[in-house]
Amino acid sequence: MSLTRADGMPSYNERIVRMFTLAAMFWGVVGFTVGVVIAFQLAFPALNLGLEWTSFGRLRPLHTSAVIFAFGGNVLLGTSLYVVQRTCRTALFGGPLFAEFLFWGYQLFIVLAASGYVLGITEGMEYAEPEWYTDLWLTIVWVVYLLIFLGTLMKRKEPHIYVANWFYLAFIVTIAMLHIGRNLSMPVSFFGTKSYSLFPGVQDAMLQWWYGHNAVGFFLTAGFLAIMYYFVPKQAGRPVYSYRLSIVHFWSLIFLYIWAGPHHLNYTALPDWTQSLGMVFSVMLWMPSWGGMINGLMTLSGAWDKLRTDPILRFLVTSVGFYGMSTFEGPVMSIKAVNSLSHYTDWTIGHVHSGALGWVAFVSFGAIYYLVPALWKRQRLYSLRLVEWHFWVATFGIVLYIVSMWISGIMQGLMWRAYDSLGFLQYSFVETVAAMHPYYVVRGFGGVLFLIGSLIMTYNLIRTIRGDVRDERAIGSTGAVPARA
Amino acid sequence: MIKHEKFETNSIILLVGILLTVAIGGLVEIVPLFTIGETIEKVEGVRPLSPLELAGRNIYIAEGCYNCHSQQIRPFRDEVERYGHYSLAAESIYDHPFQWGSKRTGPDLARVGGKYSNDWQAAHLIDPRSVVPESIMPTYAHLSEQPLELPNIADHLKALSIVGVPYTDEMIKDAAADLAAQATPDADTEAFLQRYPKAAIGDLDGDPARITKMDAIIAYLQSLGRMVDFTTYRPELGDSKAEGGQ
Repeated sequence: MSLTRADGMPSYNERIVRMFTLAAMFWGVVGFTVGVVIAFQLAFPALNLGLEWTSFGRLRPLHTSAVIFAFGGNVLLGTSLYVVQRTCRTALFGGPLFAEFLFWGYQLFIVLAASGYVLGITEGMEYAEPEWYTDLWLTIVWVVYLLIFLGTLMKRKEPHIYVANWFYLAFIVTIAMLHIGRNLSMPVSFFGTKSYSLFPGVQDAMLQWWYGHNAVGFFLTAGFLAIMYYFVPKQAGRPVYSYRLSIVHFWSLIFLYIWAGPHHLNYTALPDWTQSLGMVFSVMLWMPSWGGMINGLMTLSGAWDKLRTDPILRFLVTSVGFYGMSTFEGPVMSIKAVNSLSHYTDWTIGHVHSGALGWVAFVSFGAIYYLVPALWKRQRLYSLRLVEWHFWVATFGIVLYIVSMWISGIMQGLMWRAYDSLGFLQYSFVETVAAMHPYYVVRGFGGVLFLIGSLIMTYNLIRTIRGDVRDERAIGSTGAVPARA
Repeated sequence: MIKHEKFETNSIILLVGILLTVAIGGLVEIVPLFTIGETIEKVEGVRPLSPLELAGRNIYIAEGCYNCHSQQIRPFRDEVERYGHYSLAAESIYDHPFQWGSKRTGPDLARVGGKYSNDWQAAHLIDPRSVVPESIMPTYAHLSEQPLELPNIADHLKALSIVGVPYTDEMIKDAAADLAAQATPDADTEAFLQRYPKAAIGDLDGDPARITKMDAIIAYLQSLGRMVDFTTYRPELGDSKAEGGQ
């Protein structure tokens, strides 16, 4: 498949990247919508509709899987196939056949998983809910993904493997390890959907958060850092700030992340030494995380003025800022004393969303805004003004989300442990639930704003793909500017 | 000193380097947990779930209850006063998967067994706000409308016994009969209770005519946290048969 075009450039498979990009936008809107629905279910329980298929307990895994694996996954698969071809200057290994299988196989995985949740088919392990047959299918799909990616690296025309590809490769192989390790289970029968985890209680808990935390570490962090390492320099028109920092932070990040899982199990029946190890490594993890943030932000050295005129770059840079913020908050929350208050509360939910909305989604939006004109050969996006609208609406939504969850989380944690002057617990549990109501409403509106932003984006992308160009003033200038050639 | 060039010019060396780097943390934290099985002390009273309780647990998982309810009481004064004795490792030793949870949108359920009557549990699941007006829990009326159909319950016990839950051949053979006996009023439950002490028996869901999913989930909820007798158990002594003259 090393065909070359007339101009001497290898003929990249861009069709597959276009498909992944469209799938990412579709699942993104679906995932954000379900998120908004379940957010309001907590404020207004009538929205559970009294149906077994639409209760919070069944829709919440649908939301998490849709945004992590469907939206995030399609972004990662699409961008990785784009980046690896360009930085290796060669077409994808395995040709269109492997690529098409990867795309449709991955969509089938999403549909199998999602339909299972709604019907009550789940393993009951957070972020690893799909049952054994769906897990087996994903394993096959993922092996093909690894073959495509590694095969492309091996037949590259460039002497060096670009830093983004280190992160993509770490994401692919580590997710394979985690997926297989966590999902080892015993099916009840070959024709039934139910299976039982191979591991009991304490060991199962450890396996769960080894998996769960590193789904964050390698799916939502390493993979998206790869996006940062390609698209921030591209959009800013500047080289990566520090090559040495890339090396140091890559190896230290992937080494330290794996250890951090037990901070999800502080003060549980997990052995104490494991908890403490998890806490210590979580705090250490702060350093490589900020190493990555600094490398991303400092790439703008000499190009900071572009932030004023380029809303796409603003998405990318703000995402790195959110990355820095949530990777500081995370280590703080892993400290046992803090965790004793924050665990089991909405603070965790707020923390996750500052990372998921602010970092993962924003860096994805930036990459997609970069990719769509490039993939469909348009001179530019339909409207940069709409990108700016998207940016501000979504940012305001995130702020509402995070702040309301900080308040409700810390408040509920304090209410649970409050004693009255006679030495009795001051609040019944349900009083603390009632106190959450206003914050759940505010959080829901934050989600609505974020969803509206994604709809603005969808509109903008559809018009771009159709080839429309909106006649508008360039951002930061007063006169009309023609579309860039 | 290894030159980093080696990693970035050879994709296989990079791959192997990544694999080794990410394997270490997991190996150090996970493997010892499997070799120190003896240090998760066995505690008297902890038994595998009865067939009906197991069916209830699977409903608990299918409905996603773990998204809002934890089953893990931390050793803090307020948690112990609110929920009961902090959770022991031994209490989830037969749980595949564990259901400790990570969020308390609703209260912890590790020791909810026996706290409320069967009638309360049924009424609460059918319409939570009929008994707790401020509750934000979804309604689970469909559980009392749907019969519990589990012809292959013995296969479930068998699968669990393969992964290490000590279900005996007898328990597996009698699984279907035990399931029926637990939820049928006036059934002969003597042998059943020998196998599954302290199990909640009788008509659990207020519908004596048939066995519903509601029977199963209530049987499960009533089993939670009741297996260990904390009037005699002294965890600090590391011995479940501590002297009575405490």
